[in-house]
Amino acid sequence: MDAAQALADLTEISSQIESAALFGKDGAVGASTFADEERAQAFVRAARELLDAAAGLRSSTSPNQVEVATAEGSIFVVRDEGRLIAATTTPEPTVGLVFYDLKSCLRATSRAPAEDEPAPKPKRGAPKEDGDGA
Amino acid sequence: MRRLLGLSALVAFALAVASFVRRGASRRRERVDLYYDDGSMVSLVDGSPESERLLALGRDALRAART
Repeated sequence: MDAAQALADLTEISSQIESAALFGKDGAVGASTFADEERAQAFVRAARELLDAAAGLRSSTSPNQVEVATAEGSIFVVRDEGRLIAATTTPEPTVGLVFYDLKSCLRATSRAPAEDEPAPKPKRGAPKEDGDGA
Repeated sequence: MRRLLGLSALVAFALAVASFVRRGASRRRERVDLYYDDGSMVSLVDGSPESERLLALGRDALRAART
């Protein structure tokens, strides 16, 4: 799925998510909900700094999900292999739901376009399986 | 006059308590949760040096998104 479409679906599904950006490990912005590129890059830069600082807390491994909750709102960063997504929400969001939606968005963008096509309909002549005898 | 003073003192006390409770509740809301690949989770509460740094970075990110 197209990254911009995935973000549009995300903000439509989750009313708690205010803004979001998809980006690569190198910080390159794939798509964002921001009107201008400059703001998207500033947001992604701040999200990467947050993730880097969080990674420094444990020497053995770095987190794949981060939530910073403040009184003004929360920021979420989710990492999946080489792709990342960061989002801001309203205060006190439903954490599990937001993480689920962000991971679904990441997965949607990683799917090949062919996987997004609907499954072929069963043939019309196929025999019915309900054995009610009617 | 004495009754008015008493009422004013009561209102001032109620406002002070409400403000204290609200401030306490807002501070409790501030935290950092980190989730790792192995399924473990670390929650850093407001006040620890690690959480202060990450909360500051989180606020920066929120500001960058909203300004």
